[in-house]
Amino acid sequence: MKIAPFWPAAALLFVLGAASTFAVDEYYFVAGYIVLQGLIMATAWNILGGFTGYVNFGSAGFFAMGAYTSVVLYTAIDPPVFVAIVAAAVVCGLLGFGAGYLTLRLRGVYFAIATLALAIVLETLMVNWDYVGGATGAFIITPDTEFFPSYNAFMFVLMLALAIGSVGLARYLNYSRIGRGLAAIRDDEVAAECAGVPTLRLKLISTTIMGAMMGVAGALYPYFVTFVEPLSAFNLIVAVNAIAMPMIGGTATWVGPVIGALLLGSVQEWTKVNISSELNLLIVGVLLVGFVALAPQGIVGLAQKFGAWIRAHREKRQGDGRAAA
Amino acid sequence: MDAPLLDVQGLSKHFGGFTALDNVSLQVGKGERFGLIGPNGSGKTTMINCISGALTNETGKVVFKDRDISGLKPHQRTRLGIARSFQLPRPFASMTVLENLCIPLEYATRQRSTMARRREEGMAILELIGLADKADDHSGGLTQIDMRKLELARAMAAKPDLLISDEAMAGLSGSEVDEILDRLFTLNERGVGVIMIEHVMKAVMRFSQRIVVLDAGSKIAEGTPDEIVSNPLVEKAYLGE
Repeated sequence: MKIAPFWPAAALLFVLGAASTFAVDEYYFVAGYIVLQGLIMATAWNILGGFTGYVNFGSAGFFAMGAYTSVVLYTAIDPPVFVAIVAAAVVCGLLGFGAGYLTLRLRGVYFAIATLALAIVLETLMVNWDYVGGATGAFIITPDTEFFPSYNAFMFVLMLALAIGSVGLARYLNYSRIGRGLAAIRDDEVAAECAGVPTLRLKLISTTIMGAMMGVAGALYPYFVTFVEPLSAFNLIVAVNAIAMPMIGGTATWVGPVIGALLLGSVQEWTKVNISSELNLLIVGVLLVGFVALAPQGIVGLAQKFGAWIRAHREKRQGDGRAAA
Repeated sequence: MDAPLLDVQGLSKHFGGFTALDNVSLQVGKGERFGLIGPNGSGKTTMINCISGALTNETGKVVFKDRDISGLKPHQRTRLGIARSFQLPRPFASMTVLENLCIPLEYATRQRSTMARRREEGMAILELIGLADKADDHSGGLTQIDMRKLELARAMAAKPDLLISDEAMAGLSGSEVDEILDRLFTLNERGVGVIMIEHVMKAVMRFSQRIVVLDAGSKIAEGTPDEIVSNPLVEKAYLGE
């Protein structure tokens, strides 16, 4: 499949997004930020879950550790936001690297359970660590944003850049030598190893990138909400969305999580405002069950099937036409 | 005589209190057709797992091309030139037949190559093995015989010097057995040494130049097919007293 040049399109999108902050109502940046946060989490989850075939239930743990890296740095030295983002990527990348070694002994559902446990362990640690506010939480005073019309617009543009970077990285992985190796691991790890694929090394690359990306998404969270406590940082909806968005979009390619996140994220933001914020989890649940049962390949899979059907139909018609002539 | 391609020296392997292999040695020469037989549970699969690296041996050495490979991971051994096919086919089910071959073509060989070059080489192997017309089919939907061919083709795509064929013919019909056997002869003619693990005796006897028989983790006989057939120990192992 040949696709439109990705980076020019991404650059255009970024310029449009940044320009829009001077024209559009501020609410949309808050909503847009949350959708983009989901997009990064979904893209990160899919690198391990979709490309490599290891299901991670502990996404909220990586996200929260990114957030708490920001809190620690803020409390200690209050660095520029960019420093916090890089630090969170490093911390959560290392955490992902460690999780990668779990795959040596734990496969399938056992790996998934271990990641869930990892998130719970991390949450317990944060609850009992007074430096980051313990169970009561910690405040962050928002930094100045001189250039942008509002603070939320600044957050949105920053998140947009991070999201584009994340999707770009996932896309690169998808089409690269690494991506082909990961696909072999997903299909059959034993056979992949025997075909010369260094499975452990590739799995470690996969978990490290996943962790770093989730950490990046979490790093901005304290700056966005200005107050962090363990319950909101280790939020169930973060973990569930990170799984649901790729599942709904389709896990086989980098496009799936993007489609899933934009769709599910927008629906969630819309219902939050127009119906009720309690309805969110219900919507995710219903959509997830629906897609897993009826379209396990997600929207991308449905589109591919439809495309194949159209082609077959056209060929048949051409064949009929020739027969008639 | 030249140093053997593969030299397994005094290999032992235990699972708990069970002795799967007990001080077994065997040699396979360059381009040799070698048969490894024995009743169920005699240690054949443990032996090839130790050779291919899925298991590590406790005592003894696995020497390949004059190099002790006992500590190497499976993918490193594949890169050195040991490829195996699986008894129960394990295709990369989300990929096409040709893409299955492109994985070892990309990963098992040292030199970097382009996708076009790999597809070309993959097609050449599929021609040889008789799967060229199914190159773009999804590998998950192949028939049993085509799955076995794919296993052999994918192993060949690693460009091995030693191919381990693990019961590639189990459950196939007589004519299908002949077809797979033909392919293995063709591969062997190109200089690839083959270890054949097989229960289909007709096939092993016709194919092998030399055979080793395992029983309860020990080597009980070694020789040409004719010598093996007339060996009373082998008869006892298979048929009992």
